[in-house]
Amino acid sequence: MSEKVVKKHHREPLIHITKRESMAWWKAWSIRGVAILLALAVAGVIIMLVSDLNPVDVYVAMAGGNFNLEDPSQTRMMWVTFQKVAILLCISLAVTPAFKMKFWNCGAEGQTLMGCVAAATFMIYCGDSMQPALLFPLMLLVSMLAGALWGVIPAVFKAYYNTNETLFTLMMNYIAISLVAFLEIVWESPKNSAKVGVINLFTKGGWLPEINGNRYLPVIVTVLLVCILIFIYLKYSKQGYEISVVGESQNTARYVGINVKKVIIRTMAVSGAICGLAGMLLTSGINHTIYPDAVEGQGFTAILVSWLASFNPIAMIFAAFLIIFLQRGAGAIATNFGLDDSLADIVTGIILFFIIGCEFFIRYKINFRHSKKGGVD
Amino acid sequence: MSEYTPVPAIELRGITKRFGSVTANKNVDLTAYRGEILSILGENGSGKTTLMNMISGIYFPDEGEIFIDGEPAVISSPKDAFDYKIGMIHQHFKLVDVFSATENIVLGLNEGGKYDLKTANAQVQEICERYGFDIDPTKKIYTMSVSEKQTVEIIKVLYRGADILILDEPTAVLTPQETQKLFTILRRMRDDGKAIIIITHKLHEVLSLSDRVSVLRKGEYVGTVNTAETTESELTEMMVGQKIELNIDRSDPQDPVDRLVVKDITCVNRQGVRVLDDVTFTARSGEILGIAGIAGSGQRELLEAIAGLQHLTEGDIYYHDPKTGEVEDLRNKTPLQIRELGVRLSFVPEDRLGMGLVGNMDIIDNMMLRSYRKGHSAFLQRKAPRDLADKIIDDLQVVTPSAHTPVRRLSGGNVRKVLVGREIAAAPTVLMAAYPVRGLDINSSYTIYNLLNQQKQNGVAVIFVGEDLDVLLELCDRILVIGSGKITGLVDARTTTKEEIGLLMTKSDVSGGEPNE
Repeated sequence: MSEKVVKKHHREPLIHITKRESMAWWKAWSIRGVAILLALAVAGVIIMLVSDLNPVDVYVAMAGGNFNLEDPSQTRMMWVTFQKVAILLCISLAVTPAFKMKFWNCGAEGQTLMGCVAAATFMIYCGDSMQPALLFPLMLLVSMLAGALWGVIPAVFKAYYNTNETLFTLMMNYIAISLVAFLEIVWESPKNSAKVGVINLFTKGGWLPEINGNRYLPVIVTVLLVCILIFIYLKYSKQGYEISVVGESQNTARYVGINVKKVIIRTMAVSGAICGLAGMLLTSGINHTIYPDAVEGQGFTAILVSWLASFNPIAMIFAAFLIIFLQRGAGAIATNFGLDDSLADIVTGIILFFIIGCEFFIRYKINFRHSKKGGVD
Repeated sequence: MSEYTPVPAIELRGITKRFGSVTANKNVDLTAYRGEILSILGENGSGKTTLMNMISGIYFPDEGEIFIDGEPAVISSPKDAFDYKIGMIHQHFKLVDVFSATENIVLGLNEGGKYDLKTANAQVQEICERYGFDIDPTKKIYTMSVSEKQTVEIIKVLYRGADILILDEPTAVLTPQETQKLFTILRRMRDDGKAIIIITHKLHEVLSLSDRVSVLRKGEYVGTVNTAETTESELTEMMVGQKIELNIDRSDPQDPVDRLVVKDITCVNRQGVRVLDDVTFTARSGEILGIAGIAGSGQRELLEAIAGLQHLTEGDIYYHDPKTGEVEDLRNKTPLQIRELGVRLSFVPEDRLGMGLVGNMDIIDNMMLRSYRKGHSAFLQRKAPRDLADKIIDDLQVVTPSAHTPVRRLSGGNVRKVLVGREIAAAPTVLMAAYPVRGLDINSSYTIYNLLNQQKQNGVAVIFVGEDLDVLLELCDRILVIGSGKITGLVDARTTTKEEIGLLMTKSDVSGGEPNE
């Protein structure tokens, strides 16, 4: 019965990968630090290979795209950077409750744009005639409702018919963009410019008030407030708890008597409403006009930010800053050196690759053949 | 009969396997000879399956050596294992439903020549006759019973020429009669000179089947004994590490009254199958009602229907409130509505991480699942759940770094303790528990049985779905037997026998509608 086993050349595998239990926070952060340094080094080599630029000059230019390095007393550029961080952060915070529920809201772009539409409507029709004490609360409310509406529609279909929320929310974006394109014609000013132009340029009706002549500060303060509220909402409120349970397991949620449909719809209303708020801040606080690309794709970037921060609202501040820094820095590289966007995109890509890639080494351990201890830190 | 060979078919020396900080196997030695049946005995979580997975190429050991027929072997993939003629029959079958038995058996074999089903059928038939398998090679998997599917899995590894067979808890899904049939076949394969390794935690199976027993405890190798020279209590002591009394103290029910009356309920699933078919029974206070049946016979649906998680197409569920004496109809009410009626229903579901608990949340947050709604505040109160978590960790000896550890990180047994502890803490009047001791070590299992008994003495109507018939017979007052969604019998646990229940479990297969052949 016992025939000889066919001998083959079997070798122990070169590497095998095991999951880590956990890692000390300082260790995790030093891995991330090393990743950024490595990213800068690798990007530097590539910069030297494909162009004749000095990598250090390139990195200085990136920083210069965010902060005025030559004259630090000129703070405008810094405020613009922070304002952009704020808007991105606001949208990232908006998508987070939905993501924690494992509802993949890819419609933040449209939901924010609907907030812009609502705000612009108020500025155009009531900006000069309504008391600010009434105008701003109303504008805020309606903008949030508009965003919420855009979020609730896919949520209702998801809850009752189990439609795919990713596709549904994506398609809602295009409806919002087309709606704005249509409104551009309706609100066209001056005639035949195919643009809305600055609304109430001279009266500043419906423009969000400035703090000390700084129009960026109100936006930044509001978003920081939202950040704290979302942090508390997700961690300490009963609704936040329900979101986590539904996201983890709908069966468990049903088992403990949570109305899953209700939670899906309510959470998307919250998600959409915060997007609407971001839209209002953008239109009434910064742009004072509206155009189809007003959100600049930040509705999608917000998905990255939310994930990068592992859905932690506080960590999102840093993630949003990182992304804006790279985006604005990339723009500066392109203009400073008279290049097209490609080199900037390469640098941004390498840095993101390393930052996201290093999470692998934080979660997993790599063992080499015959290594007793193993592990690459 | 094969001649006795002193060279072991397979030998493990100093095998160690770690997962992160957990050591699943530590310095394990093991030998299995041809022409014998070796049992690997150990409690849940003692590392039996991990060890076997290293032999079958699913995991790779961190340390140690494996010898096949005295020669060092490196098994780094299931394919390597096949080359060494090792075949593993897993607990969960890996079969394609719409294929026939033979098609599944030849699937994935990379043989030259043309695909010849007729020859394959004949070869399968030949294997069947040699060992006494009773199966039609052309039968489709989806029409098969669990035991037939297992047979296909066994033939599959034999067809591939395996002469070292590993079976992972093969009897867990079988009735007593089917188990006997399987054992006969295993003995025949042993006599044919194959080395058979069977993983189990059921002592009486070990004693009746195997030639030698190797015992693992907490990942470590304890020792090997000849079955003929050992006793149940010696094996238990090896397995647990201390002498323990395995007694369930069953008291007589104290003035039982009807608590939950289930009347003619029928439940149809999405595929249109009647998963519950005209089920009627009564659960009484101060009594443990056992539910026995082959896995997947409708036990889950029955408990879920009572808990308000299954839509009923027919029938009613009446709850007799012990405080007010009122009768409430729970038919098609949501779990929240049921609670709002004041029905104190606790439910330990089978799928603990898929339904009873949230894996990524810590123990405290899982305690809150039932109670977080309390109070009018919009915010969570974590004080009471924290105290409850600490109490359960203490009372049930939950092994966990802290109450802040996500339950997903706990071992299966500890997860179940957390769940059972929470459900009992809710002071229920009806307590439903589906397989509450699955994955628990012996001591913890008896802790849970005692808890259920305490609940019974407190006047709770306990419904207990179990898989181990010996336990059902010792613990319950009455046993309801369910087969294919129908109630096939109700017996007195004090007077019935395992054989009687075994027959009832398969009764609907014989009498019910479609013929099986």
